[in-house]
Parts: sequence; C-alpha cells; structure tokens
Amino acid sequence: MPTRRKVTVDGNEAVASIAYRASEVIAIYPITPASSMGELADEWAAQRQPNAWGVVPDVVEMQSEGGAAGAVHGALQAGALTTTFTASQGLLLMIPNLYKIAGELTAFCLHVAARTIATHALSIFGDHSDVMACRQVGFAMLASGSVQEAHDLALIAHASTLASRVPFLHFFDGFRTSHEVAKIEHLDDDDVRALIDPDLVAAHRARAMTPDHPVLRGSAENPDTFFQAREAANRFYLACPSIVQGMMKRFAARTGRSYRLFDYHGHPEAERVLVLAGSGAEVAHETIDWMIARGEKVGVVKVRLFRPFDVDAFLDAMPRSVRAIAVLDRTKEPGSVGEPLYLDVVTALREAEDAGRSKLVARPRVVGGRYGLSSKEFDPAMVQSVFDELCGATPKNHFTVGIVDDVTHTSLPWDRSLDIEPADVVRAVFFGIGSDGTVGSNKNSIKIIGEETPGYAQGYFVYDSKKAGAITISHLRFGPHPIRSSYLVKRASFVACHDPGLLDRQDVLRHAADGATFLLNAPWLPDKVWGELPREVQQAIVEKHIKVFVVDGYGVAAATGMGRHIGTIMQACFFAISGVLPREDAIFQIKKAIEKTYGKRGADVVKRNYEAVDRALGALTEIVVPGTVTAARGRLPTVSPAAPDHVKQLSAVMLEGLGDYLPVSAFPVDGTWPLGTTQWEKRNLALEIPVWDPAICIQCNKCTLICPHAAIRAKVYDHAHLENAPKGFLSTDYKAAEFKGDAYSLQVAPEDCTGCGLCVAFCPAKDKQNPRHKAIDMGSQRERLETERPNYAFFLGLPDPDRRRVHLDVKGSQFLLPLFEYSSACPGCGETPYIKLLTQLVGDRLLIANATGCSSIYGGNLPTTPYATDHAGRGPAWSNSLFEDNAEFGLGFRLAVDSHERRARSLVTVLASDVGDDLVTGLLAESSTGEADIVAQRERVAALKEKLARSARPEARELALVADYLVKKSVWIVGGDGWAYDIGYGGLDHVLASNRNVHILVLDTEVYSNTGGQQSKATPLGAAAKFAAAGKQTAKKDLGLLAMTYGTAYVARVAMGARDAQTLKAFQEAESYPGPSLIIAYSHCIAHGYDMVHGANQQKLAVESGVWPLYRFDPRRMALGEPPLQLDSGPRKGSVRDYMMNEARFRMVEKKDPRRFAELLALAEETTKQRMSIYEQLAGLKVAAAVGRAPTPGNQG
Amino acid sequence: MDLSTTYLGLKLAHPLMPGASPMVDNLDTVRRLEDAGAAAIVMHSLFEEQITREEQGADRFVHGLEGAHAEAQSYFPDASIFALGPDAYLEQLRRIREAVRVPVIASLNGATQGGWLRYAQLMESAGAHALELNLYTLATSPSESAEAVEARLVGIVAAVRKSVRLPLAVKLSPFFSALPHFARRLEEAGADGLVLFNRFYQPDIDVEDLDVKRSLRLSTPSELLLRLRWLAILSGHVKGSLAVTGGVHDALDAVKAIMAGAHAVQMVSSLLLHGPTHLRVVKDQLERWLDEHEYLSVKQMRGSMDLERCPDPLAYERANYVAILQGWRP
Repeated sequence: MPTRRKVTVDGNEAVASIAYRASEVIAIYPITPASSMGELADEWAAQRQPNAWGVVPDVVEMQSEGGAAGAVHGALQAGALTTTFTASQGLLLMIPNLYKIAGELTAFCLHVAARTIATHALSIFGDHSDVMACRQVGFAMLASGSVQEAHDLALIAHASTLASRVPFLHFFDGFRTSHEVAKIEHLDDDDVRALIDPDLVAAHRARAMTPDHPVLRGSAENPDTFFQAREAANRFYLACPSIVQGMMKRFAARTGRSYRLFDYHGHPEAERVLVLAGSGAEVAHETIDWMIARGEKVGVVKVRLFRPFDVDAFLDAMPRSVRAIAVLDRTKEPGSVGEPLYLDVVTALREAEDAGRSKLVARPRVVGGRYGLSSKEFDPAMVQSVFDELCGATPKNHFTVGIVDDVTHTSLPWDRSLDIEPADVVRAVFFGIGSDGTVGSNKNSIKIIGEETPGYAQGYFVYDSKKAGAITISHLRFGPHPIRSSYLVKRASFVACHDPGLLDRQDVLRHAADGATFLLNAPWLPDKVWGELPREVQQAIVEKHIKVFVVDGYGVAAATGMGRHIGTIMQACFFAISGVLPREDAIFQIKKAIEKTYGKRGADVVKRNYEAVDRALGALTEIVVPGTVTAARGRLPTVSPAAPDHVKQLSAVMLEGLGDYLPVSAFPVDGTWPLGTTQWEKRNLALEIPVWDPAICIQCNKCTLICPHAAIRAKVYDHAHLENAPKGFLSTDYKAAEFKGDAYSLQVAPEDCTGCGLCVAFCPAKDKQNPRHKAIDMGSQRERLETERPNYAFFLGLPDPDRRRVHLDVKGSQFLLPLFEYSSACPGCGETPYIKLLTQLVGDRLLIANATGCSSIYGGNLPTTPYATDHAGRGPAWSNSLFEDNAEFGLGFRLAVDSHERRARSLVTVLASDVGDDLVTGLLAESSTGEADIVAQRERVAALKEKLARSARPEARELALVADYLVKKSVWIVGGDGWAYDIGYGGLDHVLASNRNVHILVLDTEVYSNTGGQQSKATPLGAAAKFAAAGKQTAKKDLGLLAMTYGTAYVARVAMGARDAQTLKAFQEAESYPGPSLIIAYSHCIAHGYDMVHGANQQKLAVESGVWPLYRFDPRRMALGEPPLQLDSGPRKGSVRDYMMNEARFRMVEKKDPRRFAELLALAEETTKQRMSIYEQLAGLKVAAAVGRAPTPGNQG
Repeated sequence: MDLSTTYLGLKLAHPLMPGASPMVDNLDTVRRLEDAGAAAIVMHSLFEEQITREEQGADRFVHGLEGAHAEAQSYFPDASIFALGPDAYLEQLRRIREAVRVPVIASLNGATQGGWLRYAQLMESAGAHALELNLYTLATSPSESAEAVEARLVGIVAAVRKSVRLPLAVKLSPFFSALPHFARRLEEAGADGLVLFNRFYQPDIDVEDLDVKRSLRLSTPSELLLRLRWLAILSGHVKGSLAVTGGVHDALDAVKAIMAGAHAVQMVSSLLLHGPTHLRVVKDQLERWLDEHEYLSVKQMRGSMDLERCPDPLAYERANYVAILQGWRP
C-alpha cells in the first residue's frame, strides 16, 4: 500500500481537491458554506494546475446556482467530466436541472456542504434540510461524516457515477465538516486514476451530443409513453448500490480505509442502535465506544448511501440483536409522519418483515428524532440521552434532542456535564475578535502539529454574524490519534481570551476544565491583573484552580507595527505554556510557519512577526492567584436595565453566547421580531471617536450623513432644553435661517461608534490657524466615555425638529431621525449611509424588501437588529425573502399596499355619509409625499378612525383595518450588486418594466461582499476578485443604461462621498416618481482593499475619473421638452489610473502581471471615455414624451 | 571623436543616458532610448516606502481580513498568486536586460536600514550592471543631528556594499553641510560613484482646501548651476565616478557638467519634454561642439573646469555668492 502524504485541510478543500482533479468543467456560484470549494477550483485553474489527466479544468462562474446547474447540464450533455459545488438555497435552485440530469442517466457528481434552508429565518449553518429536499430527484446520495471521509467518498462518488450512470450528490455537514480543519491522508493523482475507469470515461464521452453522430435528447412525450420511459431507468438504480459497494472495496484495497453502504459500529449484540448520517454519526461512534467500555450494548448504523436506499444492505448492517432503534434526522419536515430517514428505516424494516427477509431476533421498536438543525450542537451527552430514551418501554417518538422544547414537549433531557473525551487529547478554546488574527494563527498551529509532528490536530471555528467586532471562538484539539470528536470542546485544558473586553461580554471560562491554563491578553501590569477581573471570572479561576497567564498582546503588536493583529503573539504564548510541544521546538516551528505563511508578503512582515514572537515571550507572565475572590465588581450588564423585556430575556442571552439555553417557548412562532434592538447592545468597539469643536464647525452635517452607524448625530432645538444638560454637553447657536435662534449640537454615540474615521475624513471644516485640526478630530474613546455616555443619552432625549420645518438639503436631511442605527456593518461601510438616509427621508412609511447579502445580515441578523422606530412607533417594515427574488418580493409589497389603499378609498366612499364630506374629500384628494401633506393626511386618518369607532357598520370595522394605507407608503427594494446585476437581474428587469411605484436601491460594492469577494457583473474591468483572480477582463455591466432603455423608469447613479447633494436629490426624485425607480449607489467596501477611512475620497476619484459618472434620468423631463438624462458629474478630471492605484483589488493585478495590468488599464481608460461619450450625447438628447402613456396602475383608486 | 567615458567601471560609448524616471516602465520607450543612443539605461527607483508600505497595506487590508467572518474566510483571491514586493520591478529589469545591449543601472531608494535592503541583492541576481542607491532623506526631526543623519546613510551604503558586488553609485541631495567630507565617507563605505543631485518632490499648498498637494515640476537648466558647482568641488576629491542629474537640457549643459567633472550625464526632464529622440540630438550636438572646439575626446575635457583646475576657483566658493548678490538689481 503506497505511503501517502498527510495534509491539514478543511472539509471543503478535501472535497474540492478530488472534484477538481476528477473534472474538466466546473461551473460555480458562491454560497456559504460551499463557496471556498469553487474559490479553490478557480485559484488552482488560475495557477494552471492540471487535473488527474493533465488537463487544466475550465472553471466558470455563473450568475446563479440555477445558471451553474444549466451550464453543468450542458457540459455533461456535451460529454465533459463536470462538477459543481453548492448548498442550501443554491441547491434548491439546481433542482429542475437535477431532475433532467438524472432522467438522462448522466454521470455527474455534485458536492454539497449541507446547509439549512431559510424558513422563518435564514441560517448559513449546517443541517440536512437542503439535501433532503433533493432525495426525490433521482440522484444517488452519499454522506460523509468527517474531513477524511469527505475526501474519500468524494472520489468514490466520482468513480461510482461513471460506473452506474446515476448522478451523485455527495454531501457533508456545512461548517462542522466543510470548515473543520483536520489532518488527513491525501489521495494522490494515481488514486484518482486508479478508481476512475478510463473505459467508463470513454463511455461517458461516447454519449455526448455531437453533430458527428447526432442524437436527440430532451424530447417531449405524451401520456402513451412517458410513464414507461420513466420506468426504463429502474435497473440503473437497482444496480447502483452494489456498484458503490464495489467501488468502496476497491478503495479499501488501495488505501486501507473501508466503507460500506451502511457502516455498523458498536457492540456485536447491540440492543439499542442509532441510525444517522453525517458528522453526527462520528459523535455517536465515539460515544458508543465509551458506553461499550461501560458495559452497554449499543451501536450505530452510519448511513453512507442514502439514495438509492438499499434495504438489504441496511438490514445486513443492523445487528440481529437490536430491540430499539432511534433514527436521527438533521432536518425537519413539518406535517410529515416523520423525517425522511426515519420513514425510510421504518419502511425498510416493514418491507423486510413482510417479505420474510428480516433476520432480526425481535421486531424492534423504532422512533425518530430531530437533532442539529442549523449547526445546533450534537455531542456525546445527546447521544447518550437518545440511548437512555431507548431503554424505556415506550420511548418518545418524533423527539428532539439538543434543545429544550417546553411547548410541545418533544425534547429529551441531556446531561450537560458529561465529558467522555480521552485524557491524552489537549483541548483548547480561544476567544478572539474578528480580524485580530486569532483564527488564522490557530489554523497555523493546527498545521504545525498536523504537518510537523506525528500527532493529530483538529480545529473548528465558531463565529457570530457581526461584520464589525465579531467574536470568534476557536475550538482546537491535539492528540496522538485521529480525532473523531465533531462537537465543540466542552472541557478545555487551555482557554485564551484575546481581548480583555470579552471578559465582560461572555463567560469565557465556561469551557475551562479543573486545573486549566488561562491566557489573557490585557494591557494591565501583572500585579494589577487580578484586581481588574470581574467577580465571575475570579470565581471561576479560584473554583477551577486555573493557572493564569497574561500578556499585553496589543502592546506588543503596537510596538512591532502590527496594529491590533495579535494572532502570532498569542500563538507564541499558547505554545509556550500549553505543553502541546516542547517550548523551543514550538518557537522554532512558529518561526518556520511565519516564513512559510508570510514569506511572500514581504521581508518586513516576516521581520515584524519574528519580533512579535520574541517580544511576546518576554512579556508573558504568570500571575499569582489569591485563594479567594476579591473583585469589587461583577461583569457589566449585557444590555441596559432600561431595555425592554424581550431584549433582556432573548437578545441579552444570545449576546452572552448562551442562546443554546433558550427554550422553544421563548421564541416567536413565525420569525417576527420587534425593531430597534441594536440600541441596547453597547459594543464599545472604537479606540478613538470623533471629538467636536463647535468653534470650527460650519454645521454642514456631512459627518452625520456619511456615518455608517448613525453614531454621530446633529440636532437643532430650543435653547431652553439645555437647562438640565450634563456638564460638558456641547451646544452652540444654530447658524442657518430655518431654525433661527435655536441651539445646535453635534453628538457622538461613544459606545456605538466603530471608530472608522469616515466622518473626520469627510469633514470640510478646518481650523484656519491649524488646518490639521478640524471641526471633528478623532480622540481616545476611553478618555471620553464617562463624559460622552450621559451626553449622548441627553442628546437622544432632546426633541427632534418638526419634520415639516426641515429644509431637505444635505444639512436638513440630517436633522431627521435615522431609523437605521448601530448596525453590525463593517467599520467604514459604504452601503449603510444610503440606507440610513433612506430611513431618515421616508422611514416612517417605508417597507423594505431586502435581498440576501451584507445588507440582510447587518440589517436582520439576530441577536440585535438596527431598523428602529420613531417616537410615534412608526418605522421601516423590513423583510428578506431570498437572494434571487428580491425585486419580485418588493413588487409584491407594492401590489398588496395598493390593494389595501384601493380598498380603503372605496370604503371611504361607501361610508361617506358616516365620515362626512369634508373629511372624505380630504382623504381621497391626490396629495404629495411632502411632509406637510403626510402629516395632514395622518391627522385626517386619525379623525376617520375616531368616527369609524363610533359606527356599527361592518364596513367601518374593515376600513379601520386598512385606513392607514390612505397615507402613502413607500416601497423600497434594497440589495447588492450580486443580486441586482446577476442572480436577481431577471426579476429586477421585470419589475422595472412593470411601471409600478417601487424604488430600487442597489448598493453597488462591485463584488459579492458577503460571501467574500467573488466577482459579479458589476466588478469593474481590471479588478481582481475571486473567480477573476487575474483581473476582470470585461467592463462593468451598465445596469443604469439598460434600465433607461425602458424610458419609463427613473434611473440615477450616485456616490455620496463624491457629491452628497446629488445623492439626496436622486433619493427625493426617485421617491416622488410615480413609477419604478432605480438608484445605483457607489459603495466602497473592505473587499476593495484599502483603509475605509478613505472611502469618500475614493468615491471622488471614481467620479472625477469618469469611472463612476453621476447622472439622473427622469422620464418626467420628457414632457417638459428637456433631455431626460442629466449628467451631474461634469467632464472628466482625473485619470482612471489615479483611482485604481489606491485599491488593492487593482494593484494586485499589477503586481501579478504588470503587462496585463497595463493593457487592462488602457482598456479601462478607453471604456471610460467611451461610456462618458455615450452619456454626454444622451444628456443632449431631447425625447418627445410618449403620447397616451399608460397611467401607473398602482395609484388608481 | 572619442566620446567614450568610464562610469562606475562601466565602459560607455559616451556620457549621456536617461536618468531614473518612469520612462523605463514602457519597454518600447526603453528600446527607443537605446535607438536614440543612450549609453546606459537607469531604471526608476524602487522606493523603500513603496515596498514596506505596500507590504504593510496588503498585510492589513488584504490578509488582515482573513478568518474574520463565517461567510467570508477572505475577501481576495489567494494572495500567494499576488506576491507583493519587488517582483514587478525585477521582472521589468529582466525584460530591459533582454531588450537592450547597453548597461542597465537599477535604482533603489530609501533612507533607513531595513528588510528592503535585500532587494539590492535581488536586483543583482536579476541582471543589473550597476546599482544607483538613492538616499532620499529629509531631516525633519530635531532630535537627529547632522552626524547621526550621515552615519545612518553611511550605514546603509555599507550594508548594501556588503550584500552586492555590483558597482554602486549613491545619489544624494545637495543638503549636506560638509559634502566633500560626507562624500569621502560614502566612498570609504563602498560607494563607487556619486550622482548629483536628487530633485525632491516639492509639495505645493492648496489654499482653498488648506491641504498640501504633491507636485512634480520638470527641471530647468537653471538647476544645473548648483550641480556644476558641487561637481567642480568634488571632482578633485572623489576617487570614483561622478554623474550629474537635474537641469541638463542640451549639449552645452552636458559640456559644462563634463567640464565640472561628470563622468556621466543623466537627462530626464528634457527627454520627457521632447521624447527619447532628444538624446540623439544632444549627443550629436555634443559631438559637434567638441569637434568645433577642437577637443579630441570627452576625457580631455572632463574636469577641466573643476575647482582644482579652473582659472578662478573662488568663483565656485563664497565669492560667487557675494558677487552675484552684489550684481543683482531689481
């Protein structure tokens, strides 16, 4: 048996490695958690890495998973070895093609990192609800439970599909397996070639569509033949299981790793048996070994080949002695008798019994249960709990395990303290902050152990969903044997807290075992550390006899020029005190790893990391732990005592990392949540916050406009309100005419600001004597927190100005209350200022349909959400349907709102005599969306409701329900460029053509930001992105120009950082336009590769260079005899080069291939000139308005 | 007519060559410069700041985002495809080496000891015939003395000298109190020649935005005068080569520089203004001038007007200053 090299990889890489080498065509589309498989394939192709037969696969990114499935289907039909990767909604979009591919008996392997399907909420995490939605399509389904298995079974699947002609869906658990890093034996190209029979490849090619021996496929059939023809494929499905088993045997002969269709592990005379698939089976495996050692007769049947379900193979796997079986499904099918695997097992047993083929001693009792939805933890205690349940005479059926169901009482109890892990496994848990390097250095540590020692290592990383200041928790295991524990570390011998602020936010020592070592990054002197720790932390240290080490990681990082990147520093300390490796050996290995990892990033980076390691070890100190708790204070409250109950009882628990403990009864039944919960979560992310100097300030409010987090606000108010102002609250006379005599304040939200600095960079007011000093400068948050906290609370309590009196220019718009605040978007986000502005303008009568993406995550991901209500309780009604359907979803809002409005108007007429003529006339009059009209109409509606309350007519009750729709509602469809340009373009185009009164806001970051920077059709020419590693060679799609061709849609292209007044104008015009409108908004993004503090400046350069022309296309102007297009950005001033050279996405291309970059740059200059020329010509074009233009249906009463 | 000269030990057909500038970014321009008769090609500088800042920038804004989010393990394609640092520069150096037959002088610009110095070695490996080390520094700190500045720069020269065998020229600014002494120290540290002088980017002030704007203005012949004086002063003291850069626009400028002691004459602004073919024009004019003035060779002329040999050495010294001031009337 050949010796194979060991590699340390995650599940996605393990699978992609096989899929890439076994394929010629790979069609991809990003979706979490499968994205990295496509990214790796794209990178390998860019590096010209060949497949197992020496050919570089053709990797192509499509516009959606539906598109990828279509391309795959075509490539297969034309005879190429083809693969793709997906998950969740992506897999659902592929289903129509999966039926076709199966119906045509096509050899194909699809790899799925199984993920939850969105129901009451989206979840990016893992379960089997996606793959189980495909069990009927006619694909063979093969399940892997670990990284090694995923690697192995990927090859078995590719080989088996060619042999069986049944297409394969190979799946493994999203995140738990796809993102777990483990040491595995790597299958080499010889293995791929040995298993994949060249004759079968030839046969696959021979079935290809070709004009040289043409055939017709995809015919239409009639009732006379379809049924029989469908049954004609049966024998292939009947033969498939034995082909797979044969392939598994061949694989075992080559590698020594043996698999069966259903693998039994456990006591040979087991009485209680679990049946399940995926990583949960590994947990069961480990638990069963532990239980058998304690004299229990238990076992597990691991389902490998779920489809075609081979009843005989299943029965063969089941021990004869079994008396009770629990079938565990990682999915939920509401309304079904049971979940799919359960139904199959019950049916299989019954069929075998009916046919007299059952060899079981007794007829076993079979129960089914659900576990692990959305990566819910599934651990040995839960396995034990299920086995315990099977001991009873009437075990609970259709149970759940891993949650507390106190409503329908499905759940089984489990022992949270159970720990079965062997003592020779070092278990470590690291709490870090996103982007601090914790995850990267932990992956590095795993590689060091995995690749430089004979030992085994496993890493699993838990993230929260925040874009700024996310908490990461790394769970690492190191041991002498392969590690099967696919669950979180429960008892850690080593715990590290990489940010002292986390001590107050979470119980970081909840994972610590007795006698554990605790490493803390904190700036305190060693003798002060103990005194700084909150009571709960001290208590855990004393009670669990924990050894405490401290290092000033941030200090070392700052001294070595590494900013807040402390990964390497903490890694060095971990190795120094954990005992995983001898200290000197470990330091040598870390430095070797630094050279390997950072070598290509430059000598300076390597040097700084080396220095950081040395300094870290010098700064590492063990602190003396007193025998008793001495702390004066406990952990700070997670949310303010003033927070509403639902925030205290739900959000706060989630924020503490204890959401797993919440019972079913705590939750809404349909995913409906109240607004405005981010205000209760004070994250204190900023090291520096803006500091206002009223003497310099020109009161332009640009800072508040550009602030991504609504964390700097302006107000005008009567001086009288200052009476109870806290000491230090700053105020000055307001300078403009509309609120003459009033006071003005600019106030930072010190605990909500992320410290991005955009406001300061955007501030135009400089001190004439010292221009470095502006009206706002950044200053220490820590020094100002105590003053600014009460200041901000006081500021919020000041009355907001009467919206009717606010002059709606840039300055005035910022006096309107933002109803989108403190989101979890990245510091310096370029998207959120637009959303915030939208909520300021129309938030109190706004419905938002939000496409999946960054804006749906920072807009709607629990625990806290940023959309908020005003003092009257009004605010944006927000919902996310899917990624691909957002325009249609929003149009649906409009249709419903219009329907309600029509009904209300008609009922007002019906009830005219009760309502009174004047009120009826007022209510039904055409009014504008100006603030005065809105307020007046609201007053009329209030009067109407009063009258309706006094009426006994049934129509009055009905009208009371819809009366609010007499006040105009604004429907906005919001999403990113991945949605608008790619996956949702068909729907967006249709909605633009609908002539309905909906407004579309495209937050254009020119890349799929949320899934990690894959190119979209909005990506500009010359930019590097994932799937365009060498630089995109085609120009950005001109979505605006396409939309203009209808001639009936309002279209604007804006860049707030470049021309804020034009942005505001566009929002106002779009809002007032009675048909469809589209605003394409330049949104700088971390995926562009520069410091976001320069975001607004880059927007300016984009506009000046002509890369991002600003315009407004208003069909209403046609009727006035004016050109509908107004070009707002003027003639080009700067060069495209000046714009591009500031961003890593372009510079990377130059670094890689300067010649290619020069060509792309020249092309970009040309394209920019060309497009500008088109716009300039269009801007001079007068178009006669179409006579008899159809009225907007939505506005008809 | 013998126009040949020896610069940094390199035997050149004549003293004229393009100075460090972005012209070498384009291979076609490089070929046109050679066609126009350039005796050597000086590449533009690889800046210390360019290297370290780019590395730090990439580390922070490209790699720093890795592993931060569940959905996005990174935001850019695998960075190993995009090795940062001097690769593009070295690649261009290799290309120029392949494209031309004349010597290619690489240029490295920096003012501190650091990782970037190893790029001198990489330039040597990539085939450079000589290295121009541009010690671009502005003394802005009141805590660093003139001695310390000089010691720092001498240290850099010594470090580079230790790492490469290439002929090494040091490009200086005129702002040293005791240039002849400093020049000697540089020679002792291993410099084979000096290039006079660096032209600083001279920032301008935007009075509307209250901001500093970077600007680069082309040189004028008036700038040559400063260089002539220092060439003349150093010519008798330095053992190695001298090159002039800044202010040479025509053959007469070149003649003056050579007479003051230059072994090599670098031109940038005039070539940017008139195109690469201007080099041939100047060369032809130089040849004609020598011929008309009955010189037999460039060597005969070189240094003829330096401090040691010129008829009125005081004119190079303080008297020059005094005389001009006295002669100037508004």
